[in-house]
Amino acid sequence: MVSRADRRAAAAARHRLLPGGRVAGPMLWIIAIMMFLTVLAAAAGLGLGAAVQSMSADLAGRASVQVVEANPQQRDQLAARALTALRGADGVQAAAAVDPALLADQIRPWLGEEATSGDLPLPALIDVTLTPGDVDAKVARLRRLLGGLSPALRIEPHAAFLLPLAGLLSALGWLAAGVVLLMTLATGAVVVLAARGAHDSHRGTIEVLHLMGSTDVQIARLFQRRIGLDAMLGSALGFAFAAFVILLIGLRLSATGSELLGAVRLPSISWAVLALLPVAGVMLATLAARWTVLRALGRAL
Amino acid sequence: MSAIVQFENVGLRYGLDSETLSDVSFTLAGGGFYFLTGASGAGKTSLLKLLYLAQRPSRGVIRLFGEDVVTLPRKRLPGFRRRIGVVFQDFRLVPHLSAYDNIALPLRVAGMEEGEIDAPVTEMLNWVGLGDRGQARPATLSGGEQQRVAIARAVIGRPEILVADEPTGNVDADMARRLMTLFEALNRLGTTIVVATHDLPLIAQVSGAQMMRLDKGRLADPTGSLRYPPRQQGSE
Repeated sequence: MVSRADRRAAAAARHRLLPGGRVAGPMLWIIAIMMFLTVLAAAAGLGLGAAVQSMSADLAGRASVQVVEANPQQRDQLAARALTALRGADGVQAAAAVDPALLADQIRPWLGEEATSGDLPLPALIDVTLTPGDVDAKVARLRRLLGGLSPALRIEPHAAFLLPLAGLLSALGWLAAGVVLLMTLATGAVVVLAARGAHDSHRGTIEVLHLMGSTDVQIARLFQRRIGLDAMLGSALGFAFAAFVILLIGLRLSATGSELLGAVRLPSISWAVLALLPVAGVMLATLAARWTVLRALGRAL
Repeated sequence: MSAIVQFENVGLRYGLDSETLSDVSFTLAGGGFYFLTGASGAGKTSLLKLLYLAQRPSRGVIRLFGEDVVTLPRKRLPGFRRRIGVVFQDFRLVPHLSAYDNIALPLRVAGMEEGEIDAPVTEMLNWVGLGDRGQARPATLSGGEQQRVAIARAVIGRPEILVADEPTGNVDADMARRLMTLFEALNRLGTTIVVATHDLPLIAQVSGAQMMRLDKGRLADPTGSLRYPPRQQGSE
């Protein structure tokens, strides 16, 4: 039976067949940079995806009713009637009038103090939460109901307001996924070039090994191990730095206090996906190195 | 004894040049001792390359151990190569490996357990007079020492065929005699020895050896039978 020490000695002897140091030059640093960018792009894609999902979940079942009436008394009466009608309507989970002071606060940055002077007729707003189910049909029903009360009542689903933004975020998410794919291809290409270079610069040793009866797989293993180790170190470095940057950006986003930017966050599952990227990078590098060296060896006798 | 090597009308051409070897036909019996001679550029190294499977011929048939190796699939070549030991003219030691590791290379390639490697490698190092230089890198060894390491590496796996290209080119007369003694000892154990050399006195040292002579890529004897065995030559 082969002892552990013997196996270690055999492995060390095998590993000595290629000279010490890096067989593939600066590949470690290139992979570190690639992994850094890949993780950032993936994080952006996952974060934007989470934001779109969160936004969709938040907005899907909500609508706003505007009471567009210049006369304040009539507007308040109409709002009260609309509120009563909505609370009794089928498909409405909750309806609440938006505090005019809150409304004034929200438009003050754009319209200034005149917004609350009373000279500017602001519509009254009712926030409506719908029961789960077909939002479009419910909104259409409520539109008919409110139209029967007054033409000054308008209902708009929230999703309609933010649909273009959700579309933009979704497109950016897909762009990030595309960047990840391109970075993966570029990483594979870098490893192929590095493995070819390593093969060429150790051609003499490979020839001797071949003539002594080494199989292509035996020789390819030497290269794939070394390149895999370089890729492991490079991937770990790239991932660590990218994780640090993501955490930093996360802190900055939280500090803005923006609900929209706050929605761009990475849940635990996304971190798990990001953590798989270095593992996938090492596997990709190892397989690319093996494939390249086997192909190169296949051209020799 | 049965044929271990058979060449039939073998030709070898590099690129578009004229043939380096033409119509080479011969048979080597298993357990024989053969010298290959000829002037520089006669094709000795090319013929040896065909023999140790570093090259495929442009035409003809080569049989090793009874199998046609010209049409042999690539994946089966390593198995054949492990049965052939080679002493290269330029030694081809792996520069970053110590003398010990260079000599151990064929055993490791063949998958021998690490614990079983030390004894034969140490014995071989002692035999070639490099017992105290086991950890030396080739660059720190003299030409003669490198050649001894190359020879030790070629014979350590007890190959069925040993091919040596000018093995005594860089060693002194005493070491040359010792090497020939080793080759003869291996030969007595059943290894077929093929040595390319210019050194005619060396050939005369080995009793029972036969000689092939190459002239401009052709065997000097067109029938392919081996001529000029040293003893007959001496008696003529």
